[in-house]
Amino acid sequence: MVELIKDGKRVDGRDFEELRKIKIEVNPIPNANGSALFSFGNTIAIAAVYGPRSLYPKFLQEKEETLVRVRYNMAPFSTETRKNPGIDRRSIEISKVIKNAIENSIFSEEYPRTVIDCYAEVLSGDGSTRVTSLNALSISLALAGIKMKDLIAACTAGRIGDKIIVDLNQLEDNYGDCDISFAMLLNTNEIVLLQLDGEIKKDEFLYALKVLKEKCKIIREEQERKIKEYFEKNA
Amino acid sequence: MLKGKIVVPGEKVENEIKENIYFRNGEKYSQIVGLIEEKKDIITPLNFTYLPKVGDKVIGIIEEIEASGWFVNINAPHFAFLPLAEALNEFVDVFRTDLSKFFNIGEIIYAKIINIIGNRIIQVSIKEEGAKLEDGVIIKTLPSKVPRIIGKNASMLKILQEKTNCKIIVGNNGLIWVKGEKIDKVYEAIKLIEKESHLSGLTEKVAKLLENG
Repeated sequence: MVELIKDGKRVDGRDFEELRKIKIEVNPIPNANGSALFSFGNTIAIAAVYGPRSLYPKFLQEKEETLVRVRYNMAPFSTETRKNPGIDRRSIEISKVIKNAIENSIFSEEYPRTVIDCYAEVLSGDGSTRVTSLNALSISLALAGIKMKDLIAACTAGRIGDKIIVDLNQLEDNYGDCDISFAMLLNTNEIVLLQLDGEIKKDEFLYALKVLKEKCKIIREEQERKIKEYFEKNA
Repeated sequence: MLKGKIVVPGEKVENEIKENIYFRNGEKYSQIVGLIEEKKDIITPLNFTYLPKVGDKVIGIIEEIEASGWFVNINAPHFAFLPLAEALNEFVDVFRTDLSKFFNIGEIIYAKIINIIGNRIIQVSIKEEGAKLEDGVIIKTLPSKVPRIIGKNASMLKILQEKTNCKIIVGNNGLIWVKGEKIDKVYEAIKLIEKESHLSGLTEKVAKLLENG
């Protein structure tokens, strides 16, 4: 068993409710309509958004709204032991939950019969990869000029013993008692992603949600700051 | 340099703003990343995908010939439709005429967007302004850079045309049609504008670049 809490600190020396360092790079992929690199400490995800663009074959088109296609993938070199490349059960599931989150954040009816292709590639995985991908995609969507309700802020929380922690790394994800993936639109107060693995009491869960909301605020501010900074320099 | 305030999706905006916003609890919020210029009541998108607007003048490529008109690729998610009545002044019997003798697939036109229905049926016209463009090449750029390529009072465009002796038409959709001998120079200049669009003194820089060649 790994000792996850030592002298009131977590394995990487963080406090219980402390995020890892956020790093954002805007538009690293010139070919995409919008792209971003987002990282929480050692977890790095790069995302690109193409579209809205025309969609063929025609039977795939939605009459009144746009189709969102998401591909979440982990690079073979992203984890400690080599990950078998390609699509697997896990990446299909994560692509789906990210897709649902994006579909509920954009104004889909503005782009009928089109497709928005979203790609998220995890370059380095150290826990919380799905929320990191979602944060990168949020910035990419905004840069692609797609109409959305709000920037999507995503974060994870978990439980070790009786302590609630945020932004889990790989060790805490593997050996912790519970982990929650969470994403929300702060403006409309809508939760667009909520997954829970493990066991947690009701009052602990409600407390975790409260902490997550606070942390999402920080993440959203960071996204906003970077986007504005980019356009002040490059527009 | 940007003059104004940059907003991101979900950011609260003031009441006068009319476009690209949504309502929630009686307040207005921005839908897009955009720029609110002083004393203006719209959010100008800073995006890179072209979405057609009525009144835009665009460069298009004929994509398909239909019974009563043509489908035109205008660098947007949907093809635009050029009806017969908006293309020609003469009477054409559609049952007996091959429409490809007026516009054939692959030919380039300069057209004005006259109508958009439900965000996807786009009608263009070449009657008032616009024409069929013979020969020449198309250079693709970002729609958000088009204002800089035209310049204040078309100053940049004038320089480009004078110094290279090329005929240049810029479409709002980010396609630029160029005809002449020094097309490579025009291309170079456009790439320079794209790269340094936010810096001042760009007009002089472009003039210098064109003179050297």
